[in-house]
Amino acid sequence: MTRASRLAVAAVSLLLLAVYVTPLWHINLIAPQYPEGLGLRIWVNQITGLKPGDLNSINGLNHYIGMRAIEPASFPELQYMPWLLGAAVAAGLLVALAGRRPVLYAWAGLFTLGAIAGLADFWKWGYDYGHQLDPHAAIKVPGMSYQPPVIGSKQLLNFHAESWPGPGGWIAIFALLVVLTVAVLEWRRAHPPRPVEAAAAPALRAAQAVEAA
Amino acid sequence: MSRSTTILRRAAALALLGGGAVLATGCGRANARVGDEAGDAAAKVYVAPGKYDEFYAFFSGGFDGQVGVYGLPSGRLLKHVPVFSQNAENGWGYSEQTKPMLNTSYGVVPWDDAHHPQLSQTAGVPDGRWLFINGNNTPRIARMDLTRFETEEILEIPNSAGNHSSPFVTENNEYVVAGTRFSVPAPQRDVSIDEYKEEFSGTLTFAKVDSATGHMAIAFQIRLPAFDYDLSHAGKGPSHGWSFFTSYNTEQANTKLEVNASQKDKDYVAAIHWKQAEQCVAQGKAKTEPARYAHNVIGEDGIARTDWGSSVKVLTPAACPGLAYYLPTPKSPHGVDVDPTGEYIVAGSKLATVLPVHSFSKMLKAIDQKAFAGEDHGIPVLKYEATIAGEVQNPGLGPLHTEFDGKGYAYTSMFLSSEIVKWSLKDFKVVDRAPVYYSVGHLMIPGGDSRKPWGKYAVALNKITKDRYLPTGPELAQSAQLYDISGDRMKLLLDFPTIGEPHYAQALPASIIKDRQLKMYSLQENKDPFAVKNEKTTRVERKGNVVHVMMTSVRSHFMPDKIEGIKVGDSVYFHVTNLEQDWDVPHGFAVLGANNAELLLMPGQTRTLAWVPTQTGVFPFYCTDFCSALHQEMQGYIRVSPRSSNVALKWNSPSYKDMADKDHDRDHDKHDDKEGS
Repeated sequence: MTRASRLAVAAVSLLLLAVYVTPLWHINLIAPQYPEGLGLRIWVNQITGLKPGDLNSINGLNHYIGMRAIEPASFPELQYMPWLLGAAVAAGLLVALAGRRPVLYAWAGLFTLGAIAGLADFWKWGYDYGHQLDPHAAIKVPGMSYQPPVIGSKQLLNFHAESWPGPGGWIAIFALLVVLTVAVLEWRRAHPPRPVEAAAAPALRAAQAVEAA
Repeated sequence: MSRSTTILRRAAALALLGGGAVLATGCGRANARVGDEAGDAAAKVYVAPGKYDEFYAFFSGGFDGQVGVYGLPSGRLLKHVPVFSQNAENGWGYSEQTKPMLNTSYGVVPWDDAHHPQLSQTAGVPDGRWLFINGNNTPRIARMDLTRFETEEILEIPNSAGNHSSPFVTENNEYVVAGTRFSVPAPQRDVSIDEYKEEFSGTLTFAKVDSATGHMAIAFQIRLPAFDYDLSHAGKGPSHGWSFFTSYNTEQANTKLEVNASQKDKDYVAAIHWKQAEQCVAQGKAKTEPARYAHNVIGEDGIARTDWGSSVKVLTPAACPGLAYYLPTPKSPHGVDVDPTGEYIVAGSKLATVLPVHSFSKMLKAIDQKAFAGEDHGIPVLKYEATIAGEVQNPGLGPLHTEFDGKGYAYTSMFLSSEIVKWSLKDFKVVDRAPVYYSVGHLMIPGGDSRKPWGKYAVALNKITKDRYLPTGPELAQSAQLYDISGDRMKLLLDFPTIGEPHYAQALPASIIKDRQLKMYSLQENKDPFAVKNEKTTRVERKGNVVHVMMTSVRSHFMPDKIEGIKVGDSVYFHVTNLEQDWDVPHGFAVLGANNAELLLMPGQTRTLAWVPTQTGVFPFYCTDFCSALHQEMQGYIRVSPRSSNVALKWNSPSYKDMADKDHDRDHDKHDDKEGS
């Protein structure tokens, strides 16, 4: 690995520490009678409201449609995610220290898998809450489920639900992109194109010149 | 009103004597202007949907005992805050937590006549922390907190009667004052009314305001001759340390005052050097006298408690030379107002044909040079010529009150000639007049009695309404009128009806308090001893004939909502806690046949309603504040059995397993899970 690659890996690993202090994901519920906003903030280790009391209020609203109350203590993810994040940071620093490509590839692969697993878990969580409804709920709309989107927006009865990465989520995405870029560049350094092809692709050569600089 | 009608009768005579021409020309000109500006006026008072007014204005409720909060320039009513009068709408004075607020040494006095709101000040400028207001009938001063718009404290004033010249804060809230409009025997005793001159006296009370908490405490009282102390204002800037009180009935009449108290050419403005009073008290020159009075404060737990005062320190001018001086002032002065520089003291000489303006610096010089015209009851009377800065000639008829725009002009309300008169503080000459509809009492400019007026608008608080609105039978709303005073000429912009009978008002820019508003009470910090913070701990407890129901409300149910085992004649206390932590989601609570009122519970708040059932049967209780889509389902039943019955006390909440198990209904079952998970 080049010095630049090692530095980049070390830097984004340290940057990942910020995920401990800022929400990973924002879910906002938008309705006219909530001009002050209503929403959830999903952190690496907790679920809070946009404002104090929002979690309580959202649970109160959800009981009309028979949705289970969101109890942060009932999510095992919130227990082990902080440790996984710590492991990712430590592994990243080790990758930078070791400076060996196979370790980098392994770490990049695990990081990618972890991110996909996290989003899948998030989707499953939303699916379960949105579909497992109390049959005795006061408000029953035939065919209606209340799964919030993972990314994007959706109308859920009178609420317009929006789900986007929070600062922590953007940091994680940025870190992942940097790590994948470094891995790709390192791969290409280790597997240089054949000269004939290089002659046929001046643009690529120019790119390599920039990279070397 | 009897005073007003008397004055009206005098109006005819005075108008004939010389004010008539002024009045006629003034009205004609101004009327033409209203027509010209009508379109412009609509735009100036229009506050588009969802937009905010520029000023909060606090209007006293007069005989409704409350405070009305209006937005300016729209004139929209924002809130009606209960102070001295019980308010069935939210249980003020009915709920167990608020009942003690209306305690006085005469027992519970559930009403008063509230006249003069006063914003707290820092360096002579309204600071938006508190609003003080006087209760006139049973002398009291209340303090409202402006983060919650709730009354937090009421202090009774002993030895006083008709607490009219009150509360009129000093420029850093050192004191609020309470001057008696009706002199009485002080301390009260059984004497003949004919012994007025010998036995009666006039008390001015100075109550210290704690700068951190706002809590009031009577510091000292000043015992003055038995005159009527009508209105007041504190000095500011150079005149800080002094307070001024108008004194009419210096004739000391005790009957038919309308004639008997209108005989002298001059009455007084009493100049009280309260800094001197502080020194005299510190030197032990005040006499401690027994006096019983109530001091009611809402604590951090949201519960009002009464501390009983047992004595007051009384100072007399004889014991404290330099404490009081009289400034002779033409005929029965009403308002006394100090200009923003603190130099000019304007008296509303309501039966005079001039408006006298005293000079504070000349007053100090006159005291220094002993320019006395004599003494009255041992108090030095200064020479009129020695203190007067000027007289506004032909100001109009029946001048009452003056406010200032901070740009060198004063605005005086003319009760009889129904106009606001603008005059210059430079040469005391009238520069503009605007008619009011009709018979203006106080007028108000935001910050207009402070060191820094926001001189954009003036509001006339009118006493007579007649034909200004669609008629509503014999009893009509009081009318306020808004004027644009930003230009050379006053322009009438808006009429708006008001609640009660507003006397004085105060206003300040909305930006000072808008962003400091509390949105809800923290459930976690709820310190009410009967609060329940979750549904699991809701319960019913019997102690002899007293039953405590610890109940919660949350969209859209009460817990418990089925209660049995109550007997006729029990004292049942419903302690209802609103579990919501969501902005603007109050719940109400009412039970059939309750002899008091409803409860209105803000999020996180606990309130208690006492109920003594008088009949057997099953009675519903329900939420009165439309809270949610299932508000109509938010109800419950309480069973009342005969005194002799042995129906067991039971209720359906998780704390009562038998009934909860047998009586499971879905909603509660689900909630148990929620609470337990």
